[in-house]
Amino acid sequence: MIKRSFLGLVKPRLQYSLVSDTVRELPVPSKVTLLLKEPGNGGGTTPPKVGDAVKTGQKLSASPEDAEYVIASVTGTVSGITPYVDGYGQKYTAITIEASSQDEWDDQFNKELTLDTVQNFFEYAPGNPSFKAFADPEKRIQAIVINGMEEDLLITTNQYVVKNHAQEIKSGIQVLKKITDIDRILMAVPESLFQEANTTGAEVKTVSDIYPDGLPHTIMKDVLGQVVEAGNAPEDMGVAFIAAEAVAALGAAFDTGRLPVTKLLTVVGKDGATTNVRARIGTPLRDVLQVCDISLSDRDRLILGGPMRGAATYSEELPLGPGTDGVVVQDEGNSAEVTDYPCINCGECVRICPVKIPVNMLVRFLEARLYEDAAAMYDLHCCIECGLCSYVCVSRIPIFQYIKVGKYELSLTETAEAE
Amino acid sequence: MNNEKKLVVAHAPYWHDGSKISTKNYNIMVAALPAVLMGISHYGAPALGVVAFAMACAMIWELIMNVAMRKPFSIGDGSAAVTGLLLGMLMPATAPWWVIALGTFIALSVGKQIFGGIGFNPLNPPLLALAMLVISFKGVFDFDEALRHYDLGFIMTYPLADLKYFGTEAISKFSLGDLVMGRQSGAIGSTFGLGLIVGGLYLILRGYVRWEISLSFLAGVFITALLFNLSDSNQYAGPMFHLFTGYTLIAAFFLVPEDSSSPANFIPMLLFGVLAGLMTVLIRNVGAYVDGVPFSILLLNLANPLLDKIRPKAIGKVVENA
Repeated sequence: MIKRSFLGLVKPRLQYSLVSDTVRELPVPSKVTLLLKEPGNGGGTTPPKVGDAVKTGQKLSASPEDAEYVIASVTGTVSGITPYVDGYGQKYTAITIEASSQDEWDDQFNKELTLDTVQNFFEYAPGNPSFKAFADPEKRIQAIVINGMEEDLLITTNQYVVKNHAQEIKSGIQVLKKITDIDRILMAVPESLFQEANTTGAEVKTVSDIYPDGLPHTIMKDVLGQVVEAGNAPEDMGVAFIAAEAVAALGAAFDTGRLPVTKLLTVVGKDGATTNVRARIGTPLRDVLQVCDISLSDRDRLILGGPMRGAATYSEELPLGPGTDGVVVQDEGNSAEVTDYPCINCGECVRICPVKIPVNMLVRFLEARLYEDAAAMYDLHCCIECGLCSYVCVSRIPIFQYIKVGKYELSLTETAEAE
Repeated sequence: MNNEKKLVVAHAPYWHDGSKISTKNYNIMVAALPAVLMGISHYGAPALGVVAFAMACAMIWELIMNVAMRKPFSIGDGSAAVTGLLLGMLMPATAPWWVIALGTFIALSVGKQIFGGIGFNPLNPPLLALAMLVISFKGVFDFDEALRHYDLGFIMTYPLADLKYFGTEAISKFSLGDLVMGRQSGAIGSTFGLGLIVGGLYLILRGYVRWEISLSFLAGVFITALLFNLSDSNQYAGPMFHLFTGYTLIAAFFLVPEDSSSPANFIPMLLFGVLAGLMTVLIRNVGAYVDGVPFSILLLNLANPLLDKIRPKAIGKVVENA
């Protein structure tokens, strides 16, 4: 944890970690768990069943035409189908597959260079890319930004890919150009990776290594000079963001004919030591921690993602997802505890907020559950969710959590009104 | 599932910069020490008694209010101690015990707890108490009267009172060096200019005090006093005199930037400080009171919510009906 410096006059500067070159390969785990988003219409026609044999790279979904699917990352038999709800209430079906030692590759993937193929096989690729925006006529995507920066501190997965898999990114870019007909492909990287990024053929833009400059909203503002309006995503401005890892996976898949089934992630131990690990998607966290010699004890924290924006989880049986860029383990003494103290109006959050939200006022409205006022008067929807306000809060108010709750509650009323 | 570890789940972020309200308050107390020690070395045990009693009383009132209002105990965060310390620093060494007990009661209950405790006070608690005491017990805060039995080897008349009642000729006997080094009569913790500046700079550098407010307050005092002085130097004292006498410096570094009663945005902070400085000199030069600090800052405290509405447009904000 980076503490407040002795001289507190200047704003704290949280630097992204720099990439290391080594990566530890995890063997095929004995079982994997894949989280399939529950389809909107309830049951499907051909859901996977216990006892089904699956091959590596096989697409599993509730029904063939369903947009939600997972890609089996091992060969084996389905041993369990259970419901799972994540921290934000999203419902999933957890499909557990007992893996056999030999990989047998599925041959559904036909390497046809169309947007359909990519949408059909890469929504579950590492780096969690989404190709829906390209097919949406309302979005009118004009540029693609390949994000070689990280979503969070300590994590170095995208940087690792840029540094060591520039060739695959290059073929990934060719695929992207072919399927989307978009010529403007940019790549945001830290300055240290400019050389490697330049070999990929993308228009390379450097981004500062100070958090939160690697977040899409900040890249939009600093690099493209476009401000994303409150409540909108970059896609609404005609710019699609794809993680560098996803582009590399896309390139590799079209080169080799095999769908990506591994995920690169940064594992951070209790002492802050980081290891880059490559594991099959769906590997239980327990296996990942074991390889990195990290043992958990009671009251520790196990965080999927990074220290600023990740999500603490309750069990080491949970799997790696395609979007899990990191796993952070914190012991009890190192964890930041929140308090129920009121805001003392010291203004630290106001000064550090990258989008100039009056957080001191916002948090008062959120505490009083006046979410609509918070959105209308105090810019709740401008928040880009970097977590810096909570990080500097002297009263240790869980401001970021209040903001997420506020947005969630508002989304509930909006859906209720729409129906 | 029995061998599962019991993990702690919480919302992001999982890092914190380690700052705490208690750390902040302890640092404020440390920063106030040079000025307090100078006061104690001047006035001896009575000064120590006043400061210690004020702190003790403040903490006890906080505890009593906590119990009475059925709220969790908050004396551990040090904010009551800071309030008591600051109020003690604003009093003469001869302040009677009941004035201290009453003053801390006003500061803690009327000034803070009835609004909901820390963070909710619209006015600066020690200044609210001071203002009420100054109005109610004039004799106690008439420093010439209160300190008449002391002879510490420097001029023992209160500089601001001399200025008010005898004009600029009466203050020519004060040298700037004496004023800066605390060789002037006044409240326990507000006369040692150098000590207050050192303490204030410490707080600013550590980030516990908003420099924008402190410096703009000093600038407000300086500019207003300078303008008065330029318009009629026979009637109005110079800016340096105003900076180093009365409550100016303790206000600049310990009272005006009080968190809850001052703005958090940049331009409002500057306005707040400058206007408070302006009001201070206005009251001193043309108002009825010897020192304008408590009233000017309380007045600006009331304007704080309005001032803080001046803020930058959030990035991404959609302006409707524009």
